[in-house]
Amino acid sequence: MKITVKSWFKSGSPWVWMNAGAVSISLVMVIGLLALIAVRGLGHFWPSSIMTADYMVPGQNSRVVMGQLADDEEIPVQRLIDAGFTGLDNQELVTRQLVKVGNRDVTGSDFAWVVQPWLENIQYPEDAIALERREWGNFYGFLKEVREGDSVVASGSEAWAALNASMDRALNIYNEIHRIEKKDIGAINSKLERLRLQERGLELRNEATPVVLANIASQRAELDAEYKVLEKHLGDLYVSFTRDNVLVETLGGQTVDINVSKIVRAYQPNAMGLGGKIAFYGSKVWEFIADDPREANTEGGIFPAIFGTVMMVIIMSVIVTPFGVIAAVYLREYAKQGFVTRVIRIAVNNLAGVPSIVYGVFGLGFFVYFLGGQMDALFFPEALPAPTFGTPGLMWASITLALLTLPVVIVATEEGLSRIPSSVREGSLALGATKAETLWRVVLPMASPAMMTGLILAVARAAGEVAPLMLVGVVKLAPSLPLDGNYPFLHLDQKFMHLGFHIYDVGFQSPNVEAARPLVYATALLLVIVIASLNLSAVAIRNHLREKYKALEV
Amino acid sequence: MQSAPDVSFDTPAILRYRNMRKLKDRTARYGIATGGLGVIAAILLIFIYLLYEVMPLFHSADVKAEHSYVLPTTSAQSLYLTTEEQAEIGLQIDSNGQALFFDAINGSERLKSQLPVPAGAKVVSVSEAAPGESLLVAGLSDGSAIIFKHEYKTTWPNDKRLITPSLVYPYGAEAIVLVEGKPLEQVAVRDSEEQLVLAGSRGTELYMVRFTKEEDFLTEEVTLERENVTLPFVSESARTLLLEPDLHWLYVLSGKDTLTQIDIRSGLPSIEQVVELTEGVATVTDLKFLLGGISLLVGDSQGHITQWFLARNETGKKKLTRIRSFEQSNAAIVQIVPEHRRKGFLALDSDGVLGLYNTTASRKLLTVDIAEDAVTSIGIAPRADALLLGTSSGMTFFSMENEHPEVSWSALWEEVWYESYDEPEYIWQSSASNNDFEPKMSLMPLAFGTLKAAFYAMLLAAPLAICGAIYTAYFMAPAMRRKVKPVIELMEALPTVILGFLAGLWLAPFVENNLPAIFSLLLLMPVGVLLFAFFWDRLPLEIRGRVPDGWQAGLLIPVVLGVGWLCLAMSGALEGVFFGGDMRSWITADLGISYDQRNALVVGLAMGFAVIPTIFSIAEDAIFSVPKHLSYGSLALGATPWQTLTKVVLLTASPGIFSALMIGMGRAVGETMIVLMATGNTPIMDANIFEGMRTLAANIAVEMPESEVGSSHYRILFLAALVLFVFTFVVNTMAELVRHRLRQKYSSL
Repeated sequence: MKITVKSWFKSGSPWVWMNAGAVSISLVMVIGLLALIAVRGLGHFWPSSIMTADYMVPGQNSRVVMGQLADDEEIPVQRLIDAGFTGLDNQELVTRQLVKVGNRDVTGSDFAWVVQPWLENIQYPEDAIALERREWGNFYGFLKEVREGDSVVASGSEAWAALNASMDRALNIYNEIHRIEKKDIGAINSKLERLRLQERGLELRNEATPVVLANIASQRAELDAEYKVLEKHLGDLYVSFTRDNVLVETLGGQTVDINVSKIVRAYQPNAMGLGGKIAFYGSKVWEFIADDPREANTEGGIFPAIFGTVMMVIIMSVIVTPFGVIAAVYLREYAKQGFVTRVIRIAVNNLAGVPSIVYGVFGLGFFVYFLGGQMDALFFPEALPAPTFGTPGLMWASITLALLTLPVVIVATEEGLSRIPSSVREGSLALGATKAETLWRVVLPMASPAMMTGLILAVARAAGEVAPLMLVGVVKLAPSLPLDGNYPFLHLDQKFMHLGFHIYDVGFQSPNVEAARPLVYATALLLVIVIASLNLSAVAIRNHLREKYKALEV
Repeated sequence: MQSAPDVSFDTPAILRYRNMRKLKDRTARYGIATGGLGVIAAILLIFIYLLYEVMPLFHSADVKAEHSYVLPTTSAQSLYLTTEEQAEIGLQIDSNGQALFFDAINGSERLKSQLPVPAGAKVVSVSEAAPGESLLVAGLSDGSAIIFKHEYKTTWPNDKRLITPSLVYPYGAEAIVLVEGKPLEQVAVRDSEEQLVLAGSRGTELYMVRFTKEEDFLTEEVTLERENVTLPFVSESARTLLLEPDLHWLYVLSGKDTLTQIDIRSGLPSIEQVVELTEGVATVTDLKFLLGGISLLVGDSQGHITQWFLARNETGKKKLTRIRSFEQSNAAIVQIVPEHRRKGFLALDSDGVLGLYNTTASRKLLTVDIAEDAVTSIGIAPRADALLLGTSSGMTFFSMENEHPEVSWSALWEEVWYESYDEPEYIWQSSASNNDFEPKMSLMPLAFGTLKAAFYAMLLAAPLAICGAIYTAYFMAPAMRRKVKPVIELMEALPTVILGFLAGLWLAPFVENNLPAIFSLLLLMPVGVLLFAFFWDRLPLEIRGRVPDGWQAGLLIPVVLGVGWLCLAMSGALEGVFFGGDMRSWITADLGISYDQRNALVVGLAMGFAVIPTIFSIAEDAIFSVPKHLSYGSLALGATPWQTLTKVVLLTASPGIFSALMIGMGRAVGETMIVLMATGNTPIMDANIFEGMRTLAANIAVEMPESEVGSSHYRILFLAALVLFVFTFVVNTMAELVRHRLRQKYSSL
């Protein structure tokens, strides 16, 4: 059959196709977005090769460029011409590459844009090394010699092995120093602070008898003595930590002296085989997940942010589950169904649509300033005027998010309860069980997967929510984790780091956005994976549940 | 026949057990009821608490007489009255040159200090350099003036606050002679970093002395270099002199209502303009600067108070312009007292009625009759929480409650003529570094930005989501639907911070570099889809038959990718051919439209992405649950599937689709992170798609952490949150009701 355009349009088929196109566009957008995050996030850890090249800008002296390729894009030549460059007039588009050149202490910036056709004599020398440093970012160059104090330990081809040995030693000492500073000295400081508060509390209550004060003073002296010992030990460690130096040379021929204590990682990507690269990749991923951030959050790991997010979500779950379930049970099982319950149901449903920032404002005003202020005056007068709970913190953030996710739990649980056939309840009641027993032994166990679904959805929502948290407790860098070995172990009053806020902060408030961007992609990927898997598991549980009750209804 | 065994169900043990169960059941019932109602109450609490924080904004002011007393009497006339910061100590200066510091609560004397008035001279006038400044100048009858300051030192002996007042003379205690031997009727002083300027008047004659300050580097001692400035005469006898803080203008009120503006910055001062403040209708009774010295407040004999400042007129010339006026009563205004920290003032009229005003909000907060006797002097506390009123029968201390005068309906939602602006505008600018800043808290730009962002988001999301929902619910093969629905719903779970981050850091530069691609996509995508569809439908049946019905969306994925790739690839060439190589600069240079990298287009794309799943999933539900027999009936009568869809299914489901749009809109309005990250957050009112905006939600996120608890700014942010809350709640409730009605309709069908 021959179709004319006119009859084709009349059949309505084009419009069906257009609608199908909308679905395809949406699908391409979702999958493209996930792919974009995945590629950018995972690519960051791969040790790309170090390139050296001569960069010949027409009309300028040739320069040398050394570094790792970070990005490339096609730009119209016109833009270069506008910027005052010449020499590319015969073409329209040109590729320009973003090279991570590192050596911020020498050259001033980490990245450089180069126009690809002007790169000449591109090489990948095997002995090129990259040093990740604790400050000033990466260093790219060639290793000359390793020195211990003033004496040269190794130079030339043996230097690489010597550097590795020296770095192992330095990293061990670093771990020891880190442990003492964070754990031992942290514990002493927290005990000292508690003593101070105790003393102030006694003063406030007029119970500061000389005996008690003397007792406190003696404890303080003991702690001070312990601190002195640790301080001395630390001093020794620092001396031995900074023992070795390496002499490295940039491609331009400038030699730089770097203390080994400043180096986190040294590698020769051009000399690595595939296996080496994979091992390196693994260790970078591990660092990313398990380490503290460095250099204003632009390097290192995101462990505190993961930990903070998990802590907050756990506390939130502990709060939101019982309340959500009780409210749902009340609405479905106890309340008289009618106009009032309908209104409540609509209200609860709509709360899920209230902007999250509104919850943040409420949390800040009501929980932090009002409740927190009252609590401080009642329970922590000794710490005033420094607020304890009268300032944003973990507890308020968790409670605020619990309120935010309450509708999710209520709606999911109610749905689960409504799916349980009334015959089951009636059976239980007919056997003589009271309503409470029916609820506890029959209804709730059957509804537990629904509650689980609600909780998972709540957790997924809470893990990705940032706007309210910005008001009630997250910070860009928390000095310590909210859970540690110092009394009272779980520090509900502390501020914490959060994955979502980390993305916002590093991506937008960081001084060096270009360097931090790959890390933000990686963080985003991690968050997406967590939330997507939570959601998918919720969906799976829900489907499983439906199947189960379908069987019951028959 | 065997009889039933004789079992007792009422043994004490069983009874106890039964009671126990009954108790448990009852506890559970009440426990759950309390818990459930408690949770619901907690939800209500949000609304109530937001309202509770917002309410004080709209409270009117209150003035209460607290203490009355008679000061240690002097026969002299009181010329000036004020209090220190805490309103604990008052200061009165009388015509004998005696400065009396007294307890503001009971009037007992704290310190008496005599100004160094030369023998035979009297103090004629005392005026402060500016509202809120403690630098005063006393004009003497011998033509000289004394510059002095009142200062307070706070100490805490025995944990109790003790404030010790003192008078200091920053430029020496000696009277500065402005003009030899002629009494000064009016004096004004202005102290700046480099200059100290004194102006005085006697009849129509004006005098001015300018001291240039020179600081010794070693001793940091300031020496003054005197320069007499000759001023032009005014036509009638001068009644008030005001020196503008930048030392550019001197305002002289003379005669009935003539204001002369004199340029004193130039070497030879000249008259800039002469304005009749009431157009000859009334007599000006008081002229004062508002805080900051930009605005003049003019009180007249008919009970009007007008605000004036320099604004450019149509010809581009700066003219003293009457900005707004307040009306107190018919009685003449006696005195205007500007507040020290805000753009507000008090006005006292001859009937003893006091009015409280705020200029930015054009708000009359209160009028109250406070004095029966003739008022001699009036002074306001720096924090505007107390007022001293000296009358012929003694002194009265009033407490004032006036927390948020700068907020009114017009200040929030209408155009306001702010100081130094040339016309009324909508502006949000909540804080600045200096003290005498006029807070500009118009919610209009924020509300506009919110709707602008939501509009562009809906522009992308509504067609995509609804078309997608139509196809998924009505045409798509069930097997594919089962896979597609979760994927699109997964979009909803994506944290918005990730979308915002991608929009700000990836999409914004991408869009900027590939503008032609974005716009050609809009045109080419439908064309591409239609072309492919046309050719597909013309393919022989055996090829078409390989793909089952309802899989068109799958077939189109490569087409979408292909068109997308084509547009991107063409982008550079298009730019070269049509836009001179760079579309962005073409837009700014040739079209004259300003372009921000993070603009409404980017927000629309990113937020549209976030809203699509919300609309999609609700609309899809609504269409899918249209009873099947309706469409079967239509098909059986010979309608094509498309006709059935448009004439039957969509019509039935339209309330559901409408409610999906409403809920999507609600989400777009309240979205915070995407807007925060993908726009520049500049509160401008411009519908331009290439410019950014600031939304209510983003504004809260940006400013809340820095706002002072309990301040007007803090409460206005709460108001913004309340507006968001109410808006989304109302929209969602409407949508919910519509859906509910729809569900009932379906079940009856």
